[in-house]
Amino acid sequence: MSITSGIQNQLKLRPRADDRTGQRSGAAGLPNKMTARGVKVFYGAKQALRGIDLDIQENRVLALIGPSGCGKSTFLRCLNRMNDTIEGCRVEGQIALDGEDVYGKAVDAVQLRARVGMVFQKPNPFPKSIYDNVAYGPRIHGLASGRDELDEVVQTSLKRAGLWAEVKDRLREPGTSLSGGQQQRLCIARAIAVSPEVILMDEPCSALDPIATAHIEELIDELRANYTIVIVTHNMQQAARVSQRTAFFHLGEMVECDDTEEIFTNPRDERTQGYITGRYG
Amino acid sequence: MTDLVEQDAAAVTPSPAPSTAPKSRLRSEAFARRLRARHAAERRFRLAGAAAVALAALILVLLLGSIVAKGASAFLEARIRLEVTLDPAEVADRNYTALLRRALYAQFPQVTDRAGKRVLNDLLSSGAPYELEAMVAKNPALAGTTQTIWVRADDQIDQLVKGAYRRDLPESERGLGDAKIAAADALLASGALAQGFNTTLFTAGDSREPEQAGIGGAIAGSLLTLLVTMALSVPTGIAAAVYLEEFAARNRWTDLIEVNINNLAAVPSIIFGLLGLAVFLGFFGMPRSAPLVGGLVMALMTLPVIIIASRVALKAVPPSIREAALGIGASPLQTVLHHVLPLAMPGILTGTIIGMARALGETAPLLMIGMVAFIVDIPHGLTDSATVLPVQIYMWADSPERAFTERTSAAILILLGVLILLNGVAVILRKIFERRW
Repeated sequence: MSITSGIQNQLKLRPRADDRTGQRSGAAGLPNKMTARGVKVFYGAKQALRGIDLDIQENRVLALIGPSGCGKSTFLRCLNRMNDTIEGCRVEGQIALDGEDVYGKAVDAVQLRARVGMVFQKPNPFPKSIYDNVAYGPRIHGLASGRDELDEVVQTSLKRAGLWAEVKDRLREPGTSLSGGQQQRLCIARAIAVSPEVILMDEPCSALDPIATAHIEELIDELRANYTIVIVTHNMQQAARVSQRTAFFHLGEMVECDDTEEIFTNPRDERTQGYITGRYG
Repeated sequence: MTDLVEQDAAAVTPSPAPSTAPKSRLRSEAFARRLRARHAAERRFRLAGAAAVALAALILVLLLGSIVAKGASAFLEARIRLEVTLDPAEVADRNYTALLRRALYAQFPQVTDRAGKRVLNDLLSSGAPYELEAMVAKNPALAGTTQTIWVRADDQIDQLVKGAYRRDLPESERGLGDAKIAAADALLASGALAQGFNTTLFTAGDSREPEQAGIGGAIAGSLLTLLVTMALSVPTGIAAAVYLEEFAARNRWTDLIEVNINNLAAVPSIIFGLLGLAVFLGFFGMPRSAPLVGGLVMALMTLPVIIIASRVALKAVPPSIREAALGIGASPLQTVLHHVLPLAMPGILTGTIIGMARALGETAPLLMIGMVAFIVDIPHGLTDSATVLPVQIYMWADSPERAFTERTSAAILILLGVLILLNGVAVILRKIFERRW
């Protein structure tokens, strides 16, 4: 009870970008960056997702919420085919990026993952220097020709990730020497260094303290201008704060997806209602 | 909060009511007794552990102590000083034996009979004329001059100087005649018999004469063999481990391969020798006693060790690193080469060095492919006949001469030294790789 009222307060207090532009979130006018139709995922004999239909709109933040084991991370990992690396994982249905089936023959998983970047639950910088962490993506994809250009990509990415001021004098130090929150921002910088179109975030703040979390949330709000973002979170205040649209997952099904404000103030399904009021999950 | 306060109060004033018993069980006498027993068990366990370590250390010290005590003297050799007049005619005839004997007789003017001269002849190593020959060959201008040189003494004299013969035993039981002892004592008294550092031990090949035998040939053989082993098994082993761990699908075939690799690691090494004999010598007709074949057999033997160690090291790399690399679009190969393999390198190196150390100390499979041969020449190529350090030790240990007993121990010390050196290199390499990451 207190949770929902708190969230509703936040929704009221926080001026929404959509309100400023006068455009309603979830408006039909926004193009879909990615679409999922009838996505089923099996781990061996166990079915983890039971037919998900979901649209991901361009330059919006979509939050996936739901109790543990409901399949939201599984769905997220389908979007850039990270599930390919899991033994015995089988994906059915269709997922399209700009109308092109990502599981189709024409799409290469390596290229897809460059276009759809990912930030993981636990900060996982490479055990290399801060510079090399960010430069790795552009290097392997050949996105920068020459040192100067690479330096610039690294600097822009770190600035966008809000980390430049803190690390500009210590780019040669290992990325693992940073604090947890800084490491996560480094991972975000690493992801945006290859200029992806979509960024997937799998509970990016679950290992961070509230201050670092606030940093990342601000960052997500800023990144929305240039990227489409899908974020999995267990923290419903966070979903309310950063997302424009929210999808509620339960037992491998997508129960409902609507504007974040609608989900938290006026959920249509009673399971959603039960989850956001803290009756289960 | 209030609950806690109540609990404390109940513990301070022992309550007779049975209903509070579950709460105060942690402070009961029975619990205290069990706690004491637990601490005692821990102390006993620690004591047992410390005793085990002490026992292991003691055994190690005993082993090393006995080897050093037996082998240390082999690093010295007895030499005899001679004033040799290099008569040009004899030099031209290469009759160096006569030159040396003449110089020796000159130190014993009282000896004139044949028996006495034979005793004196036996003081010198049969290799001494070659030493002189080599000296003259190096500097032909020496012909016609008189030189003071030190030549190797016979191994019996060497052992006498080192105190290996008991002088209080009767001549027949001693194994060394009174006449020889008297002659050696006379040389010792005049300072013409002394000990110097034994370079022969390191530079020479094998010999029937202990004072001329060295492990130079065996070291060269071991190095050549190890070179072949390393060149074959390290790249193959790491590649196999990477493929099995990072790329291969988990199915019945990979399970079968995994089980068989684990079994191969446990196969007795002589089986690999038999395989080498049948396949490399029998089928491919490769030369006997060659480091090439020895290296091939050792490579087969160390391959499972390297594969298993490398797979463990690869498995220990956190999956988050793979996800991070794949997540920004690195191909699986780039993920492995740029991130996973460098992180696994210290572990892989450790496994490799363990495999190499095992190969260096292995004897049994080499018996089958003829590397247990008496080889005097130092091998220079992969197909030259050769033997290796542990086989050399095995052969010397079989020899009856006293001087070979101490040389056996000395060779063991050198083998241990090489092993320590190898492990040292492994530690340094590991440090370098760990610092980079």
